[in-house]
Amino acid sequence: MTTLTEAPPPLAPAASEPKPQRRRGRWTPYWLLLPGILWLLVFFALPMIYQASTSVQTGSLEEGYKVTWHFATYWDALSEYWPQFLRSVAYAAAATVLCLVLGYPLAYLIAFRAGRWRNLIMILVIAPFFTSFLIRTLAWKTILADGGPVVGALNTLHVLDVTNWLGWTAGDRVLATPLAVVCGLTYNFLPFMILPLYTSLERIDGRLHEAAGDLYARPVTTFRKVTFPLSMPGVVSGTLLTFIPAAGDYVNAELLGSTDTRMIGNVIQTQFLRILDYPTAAALSFILMAAILLMVTFYIRGSGTEDLV
Amino acid sequence: MPFVNWLKRHLVVIAGLLTLAYLLLPNVVVTVFSFNKPKGRFNYEWQQFSTDAWKDPCGVADLCGSLSISLQIAFWATLGATLLGTLIAFALVRYRFRARGAVNSLIFLPMAMPEVVMAASLLTLFLNLGAQLGFWTILIAHIMFCLSFVVTAVKARVMSMDPRLEQAAQDLYAGPVQTFLRVTLPIAAPGIAAGALLAFALSFDDFIITNFNAGSTVTFPMFVWGSAQRGTPVQINVIGTAMFLLAVLFVLTSMVVGSRRSRKTS
Repeated sequence: MTTLTEAPPPLAPAASEPKPQRRRGRWTPYWLLLPGILWLLVFFALPMIYQASTSVQTGSLEEGYKVTWHFATYWDALSEYWPQFLRSVAYAAAATVLCLVLGYPLAYLIAFRAGRWRNLIMILVIAPFFTSFLIRTLAWKTILADGGPVVGALNTLHVLDVTNWLGWTAGDRVLATPLAVVCGLTYNFLPFMILPLYTSLERIDGRLHEAAGDLYARPVTTFRKVTFPLSMPGVVSGTLLTFIPAAGDYVNAELLGSTDTRMIGNVIQTQFLRILDYPTAAALSFILMAAILLMVTFYIRGSGTEDLV
Repeated sequence: MPFVNWLKRHLVVIAGLLTLAYLLLPNVVVTVFSFNKPKGRFNYEWQQFSTDAWKDPCGVADLCGSLSISLQIAFWATLGATLLGTLIAFALVRYRFRARGAVNSLIFLPMAMPEVVMAASLLTLFLNLGAQLGFWTILIAHIMFCLSFVVTAVKARVMSMDPRLEQAAQDLYAGPVQTFLRVTLPIAAPGIAAGALLAFALSFDDFIITNFNAGSTVTFPMFVWGSAQRGTPVQINVIGTAMFLLAVLFVLTSMVVGSRRSRKTS
C-alpha cells in the first residue's frame, strides 16, 4: 500500500525543487534524458504535427491526401459539431463539480478521521482500478436498469420528476440519458479527485485546526478559513485530472448514453475509425486539444497556482 | 437533541462513507453477477445462482488470449516506461542543464491531453509511416503515455532524498557505480516501484489509445468493449473480480511484509 499512497498525484506541486547540484560529466544529463525524451518527441510531439498537417489536407482515401491549407475543414467541423463540443464541456464540468462534492468528504475522512482504517479505505479507493473500468461501467447498466431498485426509488421520491423537468432524464428511464452519462463520468474519475485532495489535506498540520478552535472558530469557519484554502493545490490538480479526461471521454457516452448524449470524443472516434474522414477527425481533435489547453492555462492562472506545472 | 449533535459531529464521516459506497457499488455488482446464469447473451439481469463461469473462466473464445496479450503489453510497457522515466527523473533532479523548461513541459503535456487526442494523432503518424498496427504499436503508445506518470512518481522520491548520503558513500571510497547501486537505487526504490505499479495499472486498463492503434489485435479492455456490443459473457465478471481480489491481496501482503521489515530495522 505504501507504494501507492506515496505516489503523488500526477499534477502535484513541484514548487520546492532543490537546487540541482553540479557533478562531473557535462553530458551526463543529456544521455539520461535522451531515450525517454526521444520517445516522447517521436510518439507524442511528432504525431501532433502530423495531425495538424492532416487537418488542412484534402483528398480521399482512394486518391490520397494532399496539404491544401484547407482551413474550411475547421469551420465545417465546428459548425456541424458545436453541440457535441458544448455537451462535452457541460458533462465534464458537471462531473467535475460532483467529484469535488463527493470526493472531498472521503478525502477528508481518510486524512483526518480514519485512524487505523486509513490504509484499508485507501486500498478500497484504488483497488477498483484493477477491475477493468469498462466492466465497472457496464455494471452501471445493471444498477440503473429500467424498473430496477435505483430507478424505482428515484421515482418514488419524485426525484425523476425534477430531473425530467430539467431535461436530465426522460420518462421513467435513467439509462440513455444525460444523468446516466454524468453519473458514469463522475464514478470513473472520482479517484483522480480523491487522491490529490488527500495528498494536500494530509500535509496540513493538525495543530492549525486546534489553533483555529482555540481562537473560537466554529468547525464550519475553521473549514472555510483554514482547511479549504490550504487544500487548494489538491482542489486544482483534482479538478484538472477529472475535467480533462472527462471532456475527451467517449466510453461513458457510448455505454450509458444514447445518440442524444454523444460527446466530442464519440464524434472523433467515429470520424476516425468508421467514417475514415481523417481531416475532419484531425481538425476536431486539434480544436479539442486547443480548447483544453486554453482552459487549463486560464484556470491555473486564475487559481493562482502557477507553480503547479 | 443528542441525535442531531451526533449527526453534526459525524457528518463528514457519513458523507465520506457514502462516497466510498458509490465507488464500490459497481464492484459489488460485478462480483455478484459473476455467479449469474443469464438467459440471453447479456449479463445485465439477475437470473439464478451458478458457479459455471468460475469453473471455466476461459470458456469463451478469445477471452483468455486477450487477457494474455494485455498482461504481456502491460509487462513490457511497465518495464520500458519505468526505465526511461527513471532516467529522466534522475536527470531532472540531479543535474542542471539547458532546455529544462522544455523538458518539463514535454513531460507534463501528455498528462494534460485528453486520451482521444493522443490516440488520434498517434494513429495519424502510424498511418503516414505505413506501420503495421498491432502488438508493437500498442506497446509504443503505452510506453509513451505511462512515461510521464513514472517521471512524476520517481521525481518526487528522488527530490526528497538527502544528497549527503551519496557524498558520505563516496567519502567512504565507494565508486560511482557502487554508490548508485548500494545507496541511490535502494533509497529511490519506493518511488520507482510506485511509478511501475501506476504504469502497469494504466497500461493494463487502457482502452481509448489502444482502440485506435491496435489494428486487429484484441486486448482485454477491447474484448470487453466488443462484448458490450455482441453479448457479455459471465467470464468477464469472473476475471474482473479475480483481478480486484488479486490487487487487494497483493497490496495487503506487501503492507504486512513492509511493516514487518520496518519493525525489524527499528
